[in-house]
Amino acid sequence: MQPEVYRHTFANGMTLLAERMEHVRSAALNFLVPAGCIHDPSDRLGLGAVLADLITRGAGKRDSRELTLALDNLGLDRSESVGLMHTRFWGATVARNLPAALDLYADILRRPHLPDDEIDAVKALALQDLAGLEDEPRSKVLVELRKHSYPTPLSNDHRGTVEGIERLTADGIRQQYRRLYQPAGLILSVAGNIEWQPLLDRVGQLFGDWTGTADTTYTLGPNPTNRAHLTKDLEQTQIGVVYDSVPIGHADYYDALGAVNVLSGNMSSRLFTEVREKEGLCYSVWATYQTLKDRARVVCYAGSRNERAQRTLDVLLRELRRLPDGVEPDEVQRVQAGLKSSLIMQQESTAGRALSLASDWYHLGRVRSFDEIRAAIDGLTPQSIGEHMRRCPPRDFTIVTLGPKPLVG
Amino acid sequence: MPFHRHTLSNGLQIIGESSPSARSAALGFFVRTGSRDETVEECGVTHFLEHMVFKGTPRRTAFDVNRDFDAIGADYNAFTSEETTVFHAAVLPEYLPQAVDLLADIMRPSLRQEDFEMEKQVIIEEIGMYEDQPMWSAYDRAKRLYFADHNLGNSILGTPQSITDLTRDQMHAYFQRRYVAPNLLVAVAGNIDWPAFVALVEKQCGQWESGPIGRDGLVETNGSCRFELLTKEKVAQEHVILISSGPPADSPLRHAADLLGMAVGDDSGSRLYWALVDPGLADSADCSFHEYEGTGAFYTSFSCQPEQSEEDLELVLDVLRDVQDNGISEEELNQARNKVLSRVVRGSERPKGRMMALGMNWIYQHGYRSVDDDLRAYETVTLETIDEVLERYPLDRATTFALGPLAKLSLPGSNGAK
Repeated sequence: MQPEVYRHTFANGMTLLAERMEHVRSAALNFLVPAGCIHDPSDRLGLGAVLADLITRGAGKRDSRELTLALDNLGLDRSESVGLMHTRFWGATVARNLPAALDLYADILRRPHLPDDEIDAVKALALQDLAGLEDEPRSKVLVELRKHSYPTPLSNDHRGTVEGIERLTADGIRQQYRRLYQPAGLILSVAGNIEWQPLLDRVGQLFGDWTGTADTTYTLGPNPTNRAHLTKDLEQTQIGVVYDSVPIGHADYYDALGAVNVLSGNMSSRLFTEVREKEGLCYSVWATYQTLKDRARVVCYAGSRNERAQRTLDVLLRELRRLPDGVEPDEVQRVQAGLKSSLIMQQESTAGRALSLASDWYHLGRVRSFDEIRAAIDGLTPQSIGEHMRRCPPRDFTIVTLGPKPLVG
Repeated sequence: MPFHRHTLSNGLQIIGESSPSARSAALGFFVRTGSRDETVEECGVTHFLEHMVFKGTPRRTAFDVNRDFDAIGADYNAFTSEETTVFHAAVLPEYLPQAVDLLADIMRPSLRQEDFEMEKQVIIEEIGMYEDQPMWSAYDRAKRLYFADHNLGNSILGTPQSITDLTRDQMHAYFQRRYVAPNLLVAVAGNIDWPAFVALVEKQCGQWESGPIGRDGLVETNGSCRFELLTKEKVAQEHVILISSGPPADSPLRHAADLLGMAVGDDSGSRLYWALVDPGLADSADCSFHEYEGTGAFYTSFSCQPEQSEEDLELVLDVLRDVQDNGISEEELNQARNKVLSRVVRGSERPKGRMMALGMNWIYQHGYRSVDDDLRAYETVTLETIDEVLERYPLDRATTFALGPLAKLSLPGSNGAK
């Protein structure tokens, strides 16, 4: 069951990836533009997010309303989201509407109006997004965790800061657009019921004559402190813990992934069992693996009522420290079953496949085949995971808490 | 895609749709019970019971349940609404027999006292988690205000007090009353062998007790039309919810109501989007139609900076009044329809989505509907049907609830609320 994956890199450095899925009626597209919030200048944090909102407010020959109507009439479910490295434009609809959707995205990426008279509205929305974060304690603690565990600008959050957003000007926004919205390094991935040759031709016509290279350089700041508590009157204390792992592409990558899944991949995994099932300390507890090209980490989260939060943190840290002691064969078997099952089920999701293609291309410069990933999952053993954990044990934790009182950890 | 159905002698219904090209199979046990079926003393029991279902049976401990699901790589979970509790799992086709064995087994849980006490803590944590998220908490309170003494206003999670007071015996009595075989539906979709599937379900569930089914309080409601403000100084944004009446789930007007909700308040290109979000007056604003057995409702909500809320509320009411008086345009109807058609197609592509639609349609539409049936139903909605919805269910006759830091908020045209 090897799906057909196609690739073409145009002379301007833009890469098109596609996977044909004959059994579906839809198609999903995914642009990764190298315009993540890592490129927000330190005095104008929030710039990338404001630009991503403004960019869909009119493009080509359509004004903001006409563009929205055209996108909606194609039945596109879509989003524009600003991550650390990329601004992602995602859309999915019935496959026959894909060519027309690509036409609209070519306008958005290449010919946006970035209208002056919408800038105040977009800035107001960005400020509200930031204010709204205060009403979402879980997101808030994760944003703070990033800030306290990564050096700038890796620590940036797309929401930026009040001062940063207030400082944005029309010229500054346009300048950032010209700096980062360039074809070299841009990735477009498509998955669904598509034909490769007509897709390639269309994308070539729409983007082939675009030239330019984004300036994606950045300089890392010093490492931040790794403990913080934010005081807030909440029912539950929010707990975030992070530690380093190895990035995708590293020889230990699948073992690192296996270890995180032993911790938190499913409901019989350690964190859920020890923190929730055995002690009833929380509703939500998890750990997840996050990778950049050159570094990776494991982010853990738990939320517990204030009087029980210290115990939750203690059990969480105990489980992290216990990983290098080794994992059991039946734990590994369950991890393998879960990873393989989700790998196969991803073949049913156009959105999932489109994202996977682009992510592989960005991180590895190639698309991993189904068989390659399956073989790597099959190759996991208690020994391989155990040895990896001893080479790279969870340690030097960054711990951030949000709640009425600080915890000891 | 072939549709199949079978009813066991104890009244348990089984339905399925097979799709040989699918990579997976999804199955769900749909229990026709929810928060609206609880007495005051049982507040929160349906959702608590949903958790307890995973805590083991005479054959399995709680850990065995989790371990056995994970050993077959199942993507599984459960949820509780006002009127349905659904337990579902998606698996690779070769593991369907094990998935049936597991789901069917846990549907007859032991409800052990020790597990009950432990899970009580988890439920209270869950309540605390939602309490810290103002929009959720506003939604729960707005529903109570709108539905007043109607059972659809019952809280799904319950309160820390109601959960603390609940006993294992009360839960067991509720279980015996609501989890009888005829009140359950098993739905399956994807790459399946139907006769083999029926045989598996029959073997596991054929002996389940039968019993009377149905529910009380199936009356249509227009809501209380009240206005209430809850001041919480620690909340950053003001969260406002307006609820008005809509057609019930089995009404021929439901597809029109869905499209109307989308035209008024979908997250892109809707009336509320242009009135509030596009100009930066609110960080979110939406309207959607929710259907229930016997009644329905439109939920309109927005959140914004507190000092902006009075003006925003007035703008929202203007939008609702304008739609009420003048309807929507052909262009807006088509725009909403194009979005829905694409969502229906995509939602049905994966067995998990298709199984869920199959089960919900069976319960609420009292029959089978293919994807094409659903598409046709949306295609045939006209502006006249939209007007009929508005005439019978006025969008501007709303109950309003606000939660946030404001000490005072005036409802335009009234004397304000404290």
